[in-house]
Amino acid sequence: MYNLKWILPPFLAFLAILTYPLWSGPKGAMPELAKPKGEACVESATWMRANHMQLLDHWREEVVRNQSRVYVNQAGQRFEKSLTKTCLSCHNNKQEFCDRCHNYTSVKPYCFECHVDPKLSEVSHVQ
Amino acid sequence: MSSDRRTFIKRLGMGAAVGLGSLAILEKTALVEASSSEPVETNSETRWGMLIDMSLCDPECNDCQKVCHAKHNVPDHGNKKDEIKWIWKAPFKNVFTDMNHTYLQAGLLEKPFLTLCNHCDNPPCVRVCPTQATFKRDDGIVQMDYHRCIGCRFCMAGCPYGSRSFNWRDPRENLKQLDPSFPSRERGVVEKCNLCAERVDVGQLPHCVETCTNGVLIFGNLNDPESAIRKALNEKKTIQRKPALGTRPSVFYVI
Ligand code: HEC
Ligand code: HEC
Ligand code: HEC
Repeated sequence: MYNLKWILPPFLAFLAILTYPLWSGPKGAMPELAKPKGEACVESATWMRANHMQLLDHWREEVVRNQSRVYVNQAGQRFEKSLTKTCLSCHNNKQEFCDRCHNYTSVKPYCFECHVDPKLSEVSHVQ
Repeated sequence: MSSDRRTFIKRLGMGAAVGLGSLAILEKTALVEASSSEPVETNSETRWGMLIDMSLCDPECNDCQKVCHAKHNVPDHGNKKDEIKWIWKAPFKNVFTDMNHTYLQAGLLEKPFLTLCNHCDNPPCVRVCPTQATFKRDDGIVQMDYHRCIGCRFCMAGCPYGSRSFNWRDPRENLKQLDPSFPSRERGVVEKCNLCAERVDVGQLPHCVETCTNGVLIFGNLNDPESAIRKALNEKKTIQRKPALGTRPSVFYVI
């Protein structure tokens, strides 16, 4: 083909850059997470891993807009629908649980600009 | 451009028609429906309200504010411009702007009056909020959903009572202690009293009511004729802030 040796290498480089997000992926092994308190999570751990963000979004809608503050899980257990009072009571090491996984997966929830990590309640202005 | 008298008068007439037409629109959208305190038709059994008996309030005492602000992580920035307030005291003349006259009882004009969000039955802040971050619950509490607030401050312009504050600064700059049981707010959102919705929902009294040892504050259901607040309203002579605006506050005062 006409001028192939000039066109092919830049084209391949372009393809490589284009598909970078697909083949790069997170580097290294999944970091170890702090051990939560308690026997089990609000729902099963695999379900939570995939769906906790939707659950929290649902909770805040329910609490703030529908005055519904109690969550009943699959097993019939009752939980207060609260980020700080429920999730962080078992996952009391937020840095080494939530944050560690979020850093690894490059997610930056802004919830803790307002919601309080009880561990940091003495020190103001830490997110 | 030349113009004879006939076209001038025609245009004048057209202008007047447009002007009058827009007046009619203004009338439709105006706040003043009727300056009464008739409740808006709702099928809710509950409408929370508050009665503030200022004859019992100690002018030196600020306990209700201290507890409210500590429990809700309301910062004290130390200056008027950045001030955030949920419940506070202001002179009578500022709280009841439409009731000042020259020969008012001695000292009343300057007497500090307790004030907070009125949780209006016909709340202008709710009407103007473009994201429905502010809304009225079935039980009458005018609630803010901070997750939706975009900080446009229309509600602050709409509120005739100055009950709302804007976070010009990060509240955590000036919070020595954070209470983990209630989130703080962040820079760029509006905030106000929520009548302790988080407590009322689980059957507790608002912090201010619980704190006050002088019995200044009575909290209760305005739709229940047997409630303490309705009985007190029956017995005492009470007033509301700016009733002529038709916002129908749920907060009542005994002077
Ligand atoms: C009663 C204590 C308890 C509460 C409350 C709780 N968790 Fe958990 N959570 C656990 C335990 C224990 C595990 C580990 C379960 C396992 O490995 O089988 C877990 C696992 C998880 C996982 C999966 C972690 C992984 O290894 O992949 C996520 C994500 C999670 N929780 C998020 C939350 C969130 C968000 C909330 C609040 C909605 C919450 N948890 C509330 C105890 C709790
Ligand atoms: C096992 C890894 C893992 C753990 C542990 C974990 N998360 Fe997440 N979280 C994620 C991932 C991945 C996402 C992004 C999902 C997406 O973007 O679809 C996410 C998203 C979220 C979001 C939504 C963020 C947004 O911007 O919409 C919230 C809120 C959240 N997590 C809260 C928590 C809290 C609170 C904890 C600790 C109790 C926690 N997560 C623990 C992996 C984790
Ligand atoms: C601007 C401040 C602010 C931000 C940012 C914020 N929240 Fe909230 N959130 C609040 C306030 C205030 C309440 C009201 C608490 C109440 O009424 O009990 C609340 C209530 C909630 C509740 C229910 C009550 C509770 O104690 O948790 C949930 C769940 C919740 N938020 C989740 C989230 C999640 C998830 C995020 C991040 C994606 C988030 N919030 C970000 C201020 C904020």
